[in-house]
Amino acid sequence: MTDTTNTPHRHIPDRLDNPVKSAVFSWETLLVLVGVAIFTANAFASPYFLNEWSLSDLTFNFTEKAVIALAMALLIISGEIDLSVAAIIALASTLMGMAVQWGVPTPGLVAIGIGVGLACGAFNGFLVTGLKLPSIVVTIGTMSLFRGLSYAILGDQAYGGYPADFSWLGQGYVWWVISFELVFFIAAAIVFWFVLHRTNFGRRIFAIGNNALAAQFSGVRVARIKFVLFCLTGLMSGIAAVMLTARLGSTRPSIAQGWELEVITMVVLGGVSILGGAGSILGVVLAALIMGLVTFGLGLLNVPGIVMSIFIGGLLISVIALPILYRMWKERRQ
Amino acid sequence: MIRFFKQREVMLLAIIAIIVALVTTRSSGFGTPRNLAAVFNDTAVLAMLACGQLLVILTRSIDLSVAANLALTGMIAAMINAAMPGVPVEVLIVGCVVVGGLLGAFNGVLVWKLNIPPIVVTLGTLTIYRGAVFLVSGGTWVNAVDMSDRFKELTRLVFLGLPMLSWFAIVVIALFVLLMARTSLGRSFYAAGINPTAATYAGIDVGKTKFIAFTISGMVAGLAGYLWVSRYVIASVDVARGLELQVVAACVIGGVSIAGGIGTVGGAVLGALFLGVINNALPVIGVSPFWQMAISGAAIITAVIFNARGERKRGRIILKSAEAA
Repeated sequence: MTDTTNTPHRHIPDRLDNPVKSAVFSWETLLVLVGVAIFTANAFASPYFLNEWSLSDLTFNFTEKAVIALAMALLIISGEIDLSVAAIIALASTLMGMAVQWGVPTPGLVAIGIGVGLACGAFNGFLVTGLKLPSIVVTIGTMSLFRGLSYAILGDQAYGGYPADFSWLGQGYVWWVISFELVFFIAAAIVFWFVLHRTNFGRRIFAIGNNALAAQFSGVRVARIKFVLFCLTGLMSGIAAVMLTARLGSTRPSIAQGWELEVITMVVLGGVSILGGAGSILGVVLAALIMGLVTFGLGLLNVPGIVMSIFIGGLLISVIALPILYRMWKERRQ
Repeated sequence: MIRFFKQREVMLLAIIAIIVALVTTRSSGFGTPRNLAAVFNDTAVLAMLACGQLLVILTRSIDLSVAANLALTGMIAAMINAAMPGVPVEVLIVGCVVVGGLLGAFNGVLVWKLNIPPIVVTLGTLTIYRGAVFLVSGGTWVNAVDMSDRFKELTRLVFLGLPMLSWFAIVVIALFVLLMARTSLGRSFYAAGINPTAATYAGIDVGKTKFIAFTISGMVAGLAGYLWVSRYVIASVDVARGLELQVVAACVIGGVSIAGGIGTVGGAVLGALFLGVINNALPVIGVSPFWQMAISGAAIITAVIFNARGERKRGRIILKSAEAA
């Protein structure tokens, strides 16, 4: 570790690995194994776990965050980050709550939630791509601004009285135990998978994340794509705000506090490189499932939420640290 | 270049003076030396933390765990004081600095030895340290009744017209000024941030410099832990929640570049004072204190825009002078 410059030393192999071998040893396979292990442990730890309604409740634990994580994955792959997602939820939820007081019906509320999310995302995108500012500080600033506006509007009050058909978006079931939130998440995951892994747009995101300058010289409109990704992250945060508000049925300015951390943890746990340029939607979906399993399992065992956050923080660090430690150990052996 | 730094500080000082003057026209008591001293005392902890954060940001890193560190060390100090009132407060303060330093060093090791991006490390340790407060305290809090008199009074004792809390801040700020201006370690923070490759060739271990920056930031946070608990006579899980953003905001407003290598102790302290003056002025002019968060957010964004412009301009000036020479 004497070399501390920022240039990564990339080892380029003479030929690619056998596809079967690389699939077996991939990050996603590891995630599946971890997921199965936690699922089994949960089933043994609590007698209430293996029940279709318990499993359905489990999905409510992560779908809203996972919806944001899909877009965040694209943003992080492109080499940017958005720490303001939870604050966007707070602002969108507050404005929806305000609209309820004026008697706006459900379609209007959904439009407001999604519109506010999109506008916040566009604002982030403009600051980062238009004014060429670093996304970490910009989104720390907007995080404080968006949630601050929510506090300024609400103070220590709360909004409630959402219409019944609005609640369905967060509490309703499409069929049997399959909730609307879960269906929406699966549909969104398929769309994001297609966009990232099967379109030119997706390839360009990887290109930007690996080398934005080279991408620019290859004719990729770096700024425009990054702007779109910020808008997309804002949009998904707006949708998450609609679902969360509908599920809780009330709005406080502290709503979704700390979610930015959990969303980023999901993305990083899913194998997306925090430095950009690598990652997959399948990994993010699996990571979302694992985080849902862990928090729900701990919840069944009566572990308080703040202790769970220790697990999540530890998970975030160890997921990144372990592969590095493993690589260092392997290098030392050679 | 030096002229530019001075400009930023002079500009901030002028803005602070204008705000104070404007608020004083609305409420004549605000501009009195006595009230300004109270505002400084209110901002003391933030200013100290901003100095620690300055080192970290200079080395192209960020430390989001300072507020959680403060809460954890403050809780440990308060619990020891409640359980063993016989332990001298001076020993507790040293203990706080050590514990805070260890928590900071943990961040530093992960950044130095494992090369994990600082934002990820400190987002993770932020939740871990905050959760640890719950684990050590069992979710309860330590109140004024449980703390010894000396523990509570040490920050309040008045010396030369200022409470000890302010003196703590003044001493810490003075130490930082000496560190940055008069030691090779202080200069190495700048070198490691402005051009890590050149710094490595100049014999500076950039990773180790980051580690030291995180450790010092942690030590300051540990000291602030005692000061906070002593000042507000409460230690709980929620102490200083969200303060890390104010600390980063103070630095950014003070002209510290998030890209590393640019910033001064004076700027960071003035950035903190700016936030302190605004926070104290809002209730005086009849604005709900719930606006604080939104205003500091807007201030961060404005400052980042200013910083980016200044940095770009600076680059051009260097090129011109190089051509002229």
